[in-house]
Amino acid sequence: MMAVIEENPGYKWVGTRPIRPDGLEKITGKARFGADSILPGMLYGSVVRSPHAHARILSIDMSAAKSMPGVKAVITSADFPDLALNGGSAGDIDMSNNVMARAKVLYEGHVVAAVAANTREQAKAAADAVIVNYEVLPHVLTVDEAMADNAPLLHDGMYTKGIDPKPEKPSNVASRVVHERGDLDKGFAEADLVIEREYTTKPVHQGYIEPHAAVADANSDGRAHIWCSSQGHFQMRAHTATVLGVSPGTIKVTAAEIGGGFGGKTVVYLEPLAVRLSQRAGRPVKLVMDRDEVFRASGPTSGTRIKVKMGVTNEGQLTAADVWMGYEAGAFSGSPVGAAGMTVIACYDIPNFFVEGFDVVVNKPRVAAYRAPGAPMAAFAVETVMDELARGINIDPIDLRLQNAVVEGTQASYGPKFPRIGFVETLEAIKNHPQYTAELGPNQGRGVAAGFWFNAGMNSSATVHINENGTATVVVGSPDIGGSRQSMALMAAEELGISYENIQPVVADTETVGFNDVTGGSRVTLATGAAVVDACRVITADLRARAAKTWDVEIDDVEWVDGQAQHVDGSQPPLSLADLAGKSGRTGGPISATASLNARGVGAAFSTQLCDVEVDPETGITRVIRYVSAQDAGRAISPAYVEGQMQGGVAQGIGWALNEEYIHNSSGVMENASFLDYRIPVASDLPMIDTVIVEVPNPAHPYGVRGVGEVGIVPPMAAVANAISDAAGVRMKDLPMSPVKLLEALNEKGK
Amino acid sequence: MARVHLSAGLRDLTGGVANIEIEASTVGRLIKSLDQMFPGIGSRLSEGSSVAINGEILTDAEYEKIPASAEIHFLDILQGG
Repeated sequence: MMAVIEENPGYKWVGTRPIRPDGLEKITGKARFGADSILPGMLYGSVVRSPHAHARILSIDMSAAKSMPGVKAVITSADFPDLALNGGSAGDIDMSNNVMARAKVLYEGHVVAAVAANTREQAKAAADAVIVNYEVLPHVLTVDEAMADNAPLLHDGMYTKGIDPKPEKPSNVASRVVHERGDLDKGFAEADLVIEREYTTKPVHQGYIEPHAAVADANSDGRAHIWCSSQGHFQMRAHTATVLGVSPGTIKVTAAEIGGGFGGKTVVYLEPLAVRLSQRAGRPVKLVMDRDEVFRASGPTSGTRIKVKMGVTNEGQLTAADVWMGYEAGAFSGSPVGAAGMTVIACYDIPNFFVEGFDVVVNKPRVAAYRAPGAPMAAFAVETVMDELARGINIDPIDLRLQNAVVEGTQASYGPKFPRIGFVETLEAIKNHPQYTAELGPNQGRGVAAGFWFNAGMNSSATVHINENGTATVVVGSPDIGGSRQSMALMAAEELGISYENIQPVVADTETVGFNDVTGGSRVTLATGAAVVDACRVITADLRARAAKTWDVEIDDVEWVDGQAQHVDGSQPPLSLADLAGKSGRTGGPISATASLNARGVGAAFSTQLCDVEVDPETGITRVIRYVSAQDAGRAISPAYVEGQMQGGVAQGIGWALNEEYIHNSSGVMENASFLDYRIPVASDLPMIDTVIVEVPNPAHPYGVRGVGEVGIVPPMAAVANAISDAAGVRMKDLPMSPVKLLEALNEKGK
Repeated sequence: MARVHLSAGLRDLTGGVANIEIEASTVGRLIKSLDQMFPGIGSRLSEGSSVAINGEILTDAEYEKIPASAEIHFLDILQGG
């Protein structure tokens, strides 16, 4: 469903639903994912990982492993430069120490060594034969444990940033962020109703189906070629080079097809190991994580503790918000608490607030980005309080949000004024949806929630080649994780005036196309799309000049209309792109253009969602029976992919809400590192997720793009929680809202 | 004159100053001026911040021109997924 805010201005291709360019290869099994590369003489790698959550490495004995059949190389941290001794930045040192532990292991699954051998079995056997002596240290697993007085420290030199004066003692708190406005006491004094609640969420994994995989082929001249699945092969190149202590120019990375990323494939894990093993062995090396390793050693998102206090008048005016957030960073600093602080109340115009957040290291895998990093947990807390406030003053929950919604010109809680945004339009889309007033059955309930995400711009490059028959090749360096090849081709078709089917979009390697930042932040359709549009406009200007040369007229006498050059007075027969391409040698040579940019004009995204659930009071099982998501896409270049992004975010959010969690035992060992025990939703768990694409075009983008990949995961946990409350009369404050927890809450209520 | 808003997280360096008006033609020059007034803030802003000029959030904005009477906010650098 589309909510029409501004009519399509007559686009022929933008906004259509053609066949996806990667579809055939994927459904026929021809698409090559990260683990599919096979090279002559290739070895297989295996990684030795820590069984302890926190331990000092006393010694590593590799002698037995090295002498085993088929073993060609064994590496440890001694095979990598110590960036702490080489002037590396704090971030680079952490990255290197996460790839391979140095001196201490900081989480179960932390890499301590790696092996390459002729076969997988030989590599695994050799990895098992590496003897590591540890001095086990006390560990911390949660925000509460890590922030406790006298907690064991992960990093002796960590002094909390953002506290004045600087703390005298180190701690597990890496930094503190604060946002404030107005007078909190005055705000709460003006409120007729104040709700104060405390929430926890558990680490959850992005759950991409394809595990991390890399193949590296190092040459004796110091150069190396990597094939890997990632959200940014330029980033993999840069990070691998940093960890290895070499120039990025010595590494070429070819992007494989990617089987899901959701933020988790913006991190380097295997690539530096594969290159170093290949260098040591003199042969190509393949490393593939199994699912157990993906869970134990690649980034989940933060577990959190969040406290929220909000006030509202009887007339529905929010008066104050006081928020405290502790976000687990995993073993190294860098949780998304900064973004959480900026998004937590960003949907609302609240005159008085104090938001405080802490980035807390714990003995778990280092967190990685996950769709709108930091925002979903914060929204779970605030949006459930909003629901309680609405019910407390007897006002419709969407009306409460409408009354306080940010609009163009509102001073955002994180600082600047909002440009044109579409939050109100998403709220109205849900309020006007027939499901909002549909009747509910026994044990059923309805909840709504909203969410905000910034989206991003960043650096992109694109090259467009016109082939000799007038077809085009669009070359980008942004891995396609959400349909970007189609959206690039659609915008190019619109610009060039040729059929979408006559455009071949290609994701090129790091030596074939200009630099591109990572595919993340919902940025590619906006930023790489803008580069494609710029390149196409250079080409159409060139085509006009070539037509002018052909007709011996001035370029201003030539227009580019519907894929052909036309004389403004109609005195010449039009020249099609195929005409001009076929004779390009006579008018200046091949037709091609490249554009590179640091994208400006990013458009923020909002989503409002409606969830209906049915709670089984006997078992505590919650079934989502109907779901509607309304999201401001700006302009939906490829509506089918936009809907897919919206539905995917909701599906992951429902999993986060009801089932997903990292479970650790008292030793800090993960106990559910498989998809059998870590339960992501499958098709039979989910209803049809209805979508309403709201189009409030971003005025700063040539096609009105905002970015759609992330905000859809922000509201679901609160929407589900609010629906459960409506159905069962219990407020769930700890994720996941599993049957066991819900049954406990129902039993408690019944006492 | 640009009106610069300094977030609460920076106020340990500004002695509590939250807003200030400064004449600067680019973001880089603005940061230099701020660093002269509040020593140490320059590196924090250059390395750890994006900047919003009249509501538009920009990264790598050192050479970005500042329009007259612009409203400037320094923000945390964000990570997307």
